Amino acid sequence: MKAFTRETSTVAYVPGVNCDTDQIIPGRFLKADRAEGYDKFLFHDIRRDADGNLDPGFPLNRPDAEGARILLVEDNFGCGSSREGAVYALADAGIRALLAPSFGDIFFNNALKNGIVPVRLPVATCEALADRLAADPQATVTVDLEAAQVILPGDLGAHPITIDAFARDCLLQGLDEIEMTFTYMDRITAFEAERMARNPWLGR
Amino acid sequence: MTPASDTTPRTLFGKIWDAHEILRHPSGQSLLYIDRDLIHEGSFHAFADLKRRNLRPRRPQQIFGIADHYVPTLGRSADDAASPAIARMIRTFDENMEWGGLRHFGIASREQGIVHVVAPEQGITLPGLTIVCSDSHTSTQGALGAIAFGIGQSENAHVLATQTLWQMRPKTMRVTVDGRLGQGVTAKDVMLALIARIGAAGAGGHAIEYAGQVVRDMSIEARLTMCNLSIEAAARLGMVAPDETTFRYVAGRHYAPTDQEWDLAMAQWRALPTDDGATFDREVELDGGAIAPMVTWGTSPEDAVPITGRIPDPASFASADKRKAAAKSLEYMDLAPGTELDGLPIDRVFIGSCTNSRIEDLRAAAAILKDRKAAIPAIVVPGSTQVREQAEAEGLARIFREAGFEWRQSGCSMCAAMNGDVVGPGERCASTSNRNFVGRQGPGARTHLVSPAMAAAAAITGRLTDVRRL
Repeated sequence: MKAFTRETSTVAYVPGVNCDTDQIIPGRFLKADRAEGYDKFLFHDIRRDADGNLDPGFPLNRPDAEGARILLVEDNFGCGSSREGAVYALADAGIRALLAPSFGDIFFNNALKNGIVPVRLPVATCEALADRLAADPQATVTVDLEAAQVILPGDLGAHPITIDAFARDCLLQGLDEIEMTFTYMDRITAFEAERMARNPWLGR
Repeated sequence: MTPASDTTPRTLFGKIWDAHEILRHPSGQSLLYIDRDLIHEGSFHAFADLKRRNLRPRRPQQIFGIADHYVPTLGRSADDAASPAIARMIRTFDENMEWGGLRHFGIASREQGIVHVVAPEQGITLPGLTIVCSDSHTSTQGALGAIAFGIGQSENAHVLATQTLWQMRPKTMRVTVDGRLGQGVTAKDVMLALIARIGAAGAGGHAIEYAGQVVRDMSIEARLTMCNLSIEAAARLGMVAPDETTFRYVAGRHYAPTDQEWDLAMAQWRALPTDDGATFDREVELDGGAIAPMVTWGTSPEDAVPITGRIPDPASFASADKRKAAAKSLEYMDLAPGTELDGLPIDRVFIGSCTNSRIEDLRAAAAILKDRKAAIPAIVVPGSTQVREQAEAEGLARIFREAGFEWRQSGCSMCAAMNGDVVGPGERCASTSNRNFVGRQGPGARTHLVSPAMAAAAAITGRLTDVRRL
């Protein structure tokens, strides 16, 4: 996994509460191999008009959004389907961090496994940031995982990043979780042997 | 790993979690032992990951593969798939299952069906287990008293490689539904009423336990429907304490324990229900008797109202975000505020999905359709091949066909719309599925979520209809 220490970038604001993963990537694109890149599917249907042309009004289609590696989104972002393709699409489009009041639980975990930092911020803070971005689209935000804080433009100040230390360490070091879990294999096999002894029907 | 003392009252959730916690990292994450991992065609990323690492599934006997998302419903071979790319998904699934040495129920298998219908049906889902699947509706399986939740493909690869998963312990929420459901009111309606009340984000970060008289009176099929929809309230999972109804359901199923092992299992299962005095982080109470048949009007499952209601005015919502979202939903749905839902014209009906495709769902729909005709195109997609066979044996298939419904083969079909079964652009569908998201049933499709009986009623009149009137 790509390590994450600190990212400073302009921010694109994609509004909409309960933005589900079907909006982030429609189901019909999930057959694609990862190697071909998922960035072209990001927000595929909602960033286009009825004729399939890019809608110049959609936030990510505006010239301002060019190069933004941080997205400001709304409550319950990434709810719905567990499809990790939603995170692949964001990651392949160069997105490294997401700011929102809340995220879908499965989406949140998927983001962490792909080097994307989902930052939960109070609703009022998100709204203030949206206002600031409307006034100054070139304002930047720093997501500093090492210091576990996000630094918003000007007087909006610094806010703590509340992800657990385990996920944070994995991200900071770009740790491979499977490799790390293998270091606990003695504990796993001992636990498993006891569980199978009590529930032999589970292991046949 | 275990709570303060053996006498501390614990919840159903807490007992199962504690019994699967191999260790707790100082950061707070638990390394959980996973009893069952269920695989479908979308899992190909996890297999690609394993192959890249030169790893194989560590505990193949605890992994079950079931083809559901991409399978055609008009035939039982990959050759029947709607496109070569879809056929490739089905074949890749078979290849990966064989490569991993995994038990699998492919498209032509008698055990095939939607993973969340098949796993309980086969006794793969049992009380007290931890079950994962790279599908958000894995919450369904908590109905038997298990911790069952959806994961992504990175987590799936982790489970395949280690039979464990790192997880933060969720908070707990108890949803108590007391009273008695009225005629024509089902588990689907209870859940739509709950989601309308607490919101689509309302149970975020929580494990829900459903309790109360209504839940105790429910069949396993109805409990599966309830737990299924937990994810639409953003819950991590949903569960119901195992009871005599559960034990009767599980007994004799293919992968369930038998003989002395059954007795051993029962001793463990009887100890699972939440202890008196155990506390939850949140409690929600619903009066079952006050719930009417529900229908959604917007593009989030929280946009649900009784069939006797009207489409709300976006201006009536408390927050600016919700006002904006409601206005956008109504534009997509091509609906005006104040419109009565009862009588709204519909273009087609879909009965199926892991929410509502079990035998009881088909019986409920067939009871409404008997000796009547559908006024609009309608399809039924049984949740599993065994449900299909049972429905044929009971004469339900004949009722559906005589009513003008298409009687299809089992799979996810028009709920996920990944196999080519789609609702056309601009078409309005009364659907027993779980998501009315923008484009979920196909680009431009407009979905109204309803129960199977309500879907049958809509098919007959060609309009959303209060089934209690029929």
